Amino acid sequence: MSGFRAATARNPREAADWSTGRIIRTNLRAIMGRAYPRIIGLTREPSWVFFEILLPFLAVSAFVFVYRALGAAEEFVGFVVLGGAMTAFWLNVVWMMAAQFYWEKDQGNLELYFTAPMHLMSILAGMAIGGLVLTSSRALAVIVIGSVLYGVSYQIEQPLLLAAVFLLTMVPLYGMGMLFASLFLLWGREAFHLAQLLQEPIYFLGGVNFPIRHLGVVSGLVVATLPLAVGLDAMRQLVFPGAASQGVLPVGTEMTILAVMGVVFLIGARLALGWLETLARREGRLTLRWQ
Amino acid sequence: MPDDLAIHARGVTRVYKAKPDPVTALGGVDLDVEPGEYFGLLGPNGAGKTTLIKILTTLLIPTSGTARVAGFDVVTETAKIRRVINMVAGGEQSGYGLLNVREQLWMFSQFYGLPNREGWRRVDELIEIVGLQEQRQQKVRSLSTGQRQKLNFARGLLNDPWVLFLDEPTLGLDVAAARDLREHTLAWKAAAPGRTLLLTTHYMVEAEQLCDRIAIVDRGMILALGTPEELRRRVQAESIFRIELDRLPENGGLAALASLPGVLSAVPADEDGAEAAGADRVALKVALADDSALTSVVTAVAERGSHLIGLAKSEPSLEDVFVELVGRGFGEDGEGSGAASQ
Repeated sequence: MSGFRAATARNPREAADWSTGRIIRTNLRAIMGRAYPRIIGLTREPSWVFFEILLPFLAVSAFVFVYRALGAAEEFVGFVVLGGAMTAFWLNVVWMMAAQFYWEKDQGNLELYFTAPMHLMSILAGMAIGGLVLTSSRALAVIVIGSVLYGVSYQIEQPLLLAAVFLLTMVPLYGMGMLFASLFLLWGREAFHLAQLLQEPIYFLGGVNFPIRHLGVVSGLVVATLPLAVGLDAMRQLVFPGAASQGVLPVGTEMTILAVMGVVFLIGARLALGWLETLARREGRLTLRWQ
Repeated sequence: MPDDLAIHARGVTRVYKAKPDPVTALGGVDLDVEPGEYFGLLGPNGAGKTTLIKILTTLLIPTSGTARVAGFDVVTETAKIRRVINMVAGGEQSGYGLLNVREQLWMFSQFYGLPNREGWRRVDELIEIVGLQEQRQQKVRSLSTGQRQKLNFARGLLNDPWVLFLDEPTLGLDVAAARDLREHTLAWKAAAPGRTLLLTTHYMVEAEQLCDRIAIVDRGMILALGTPEELRRRVQAESIFRIELDRLPENGGLAALASLPGVLSAVPADEDGAEAAGADRVALKVALADDSALTSVVTAVAERGSHLIGLAKSEPSLEDVFVELVGRGFGEDGEGSGAASQ
């Protein structure tokens, strides 16, 4: 007895005939499956506490000291701490989403993802959810440490609205990551360099360490294109009393922009993934290791 | 009918962009694999075997030609193909090292949409079959090469594929691990009619031992296709026997044997002459037009005072077939073979 079971379908045609419900369930399971290693990694590799929380907090601290040395309003310290927390999500998008196919190909997973019967969006969504768990931990830690260490106080009058803004920010942010991930299929290793290229400019334009209103006319362009900048601007207005005067647009308007961005980025990512998958299959980019 | 075949390819070519000149990895492959076959693609590195597998597993689009797997087109019906195939490659390092064996397999089961409980059940079943029970809670990154490949093989069976692609699956494995894996593939295929395996390998013995039919591939072309027996026969029209005697026949010796009807030649079996068989025996290599001439040879030997000690029919190996077809051995790479193996 070999132990191998007989086939569950009568023939390949029957086995390939999936209902819409089965396709949806498979994609939901794929999301769960891909999120699993990210989440389980939290407990298996505790070194992330040092690398993901303590080290990044040094950068936040540097700006806190600069603002205090300059005698800036105390709310700027809060801006920096909140910006530091949200930076974690941006880094997650750049390195764990946009560049993920680079790592996956290097490990030999990419081919298996493509030959499995789920959509690549599910893999990316799984990465996003798994990454969100890790990154939310980091963000929370930055906020808590910031409040304890630097006496930052948060005045949240509309917690549900704040949660809605946060979620609305995450959708286009990770949608943007999916769009960048699809570029990997087009540019191969060059997309990895793109991620490197994007990191610092977005720190700057995203207003991580200062309110983007101070960018002047550029702030309008930033608000129209960068979900991190819009979301951060709206959250600051909801968390810190008096920050509304530092906001670029009213919270309601920024939420609408985020919602539109979410739709645009997700649809864009789906279309781009489909188109670029075909292109990558045609040009052999999925299988040639040096690309 | 192409739709009834496990694999159907017509005029499949694949050209890679490269500098200074494009590389032709496949130069027009025609191939039909029946459901239930264990089919082998045998060829040296750079022959185009892996490129063909990539096309059939929907990872590559052919530059020209058509290919169907389980009746579905590899260009336009990828989703359906992906539901009924799986792939295992030699030296594969897929998955995540921080997961243990069970978790790794469960994760992949989710990519194929297995319900949670069914997924775990299938995982445990396959772990037992491939003999990884002791490593089930071990982290993947700490597995040996052989254990890792068993894990990969189990992964390849999670979705109960109808067509399983094995790309050099025993590459780098020790003898025992390779044997185990080969036995698993045979057992899996035997468990259900219609399960098809496409194996690429450059190990002659592996292809000969496992495959119902073999295509010998070189430089992107199928040079010969048939059962191992058919391929051997293709390069050897005559029957060759090795005959061991206690001494050379008297009354004309080898020349007398060579002059018998149906005997093409009769020579010492080894380069060093008849003595090579041992001090008390001689070995002859006798080529016959067909097996029926053997009786007259044996009779003639006895009539000339020699005693028959041993008799064996010499079969050409698949390597002989390859050399005959290509004009060089497996170890000798041909030109322009670099990209084709990717």
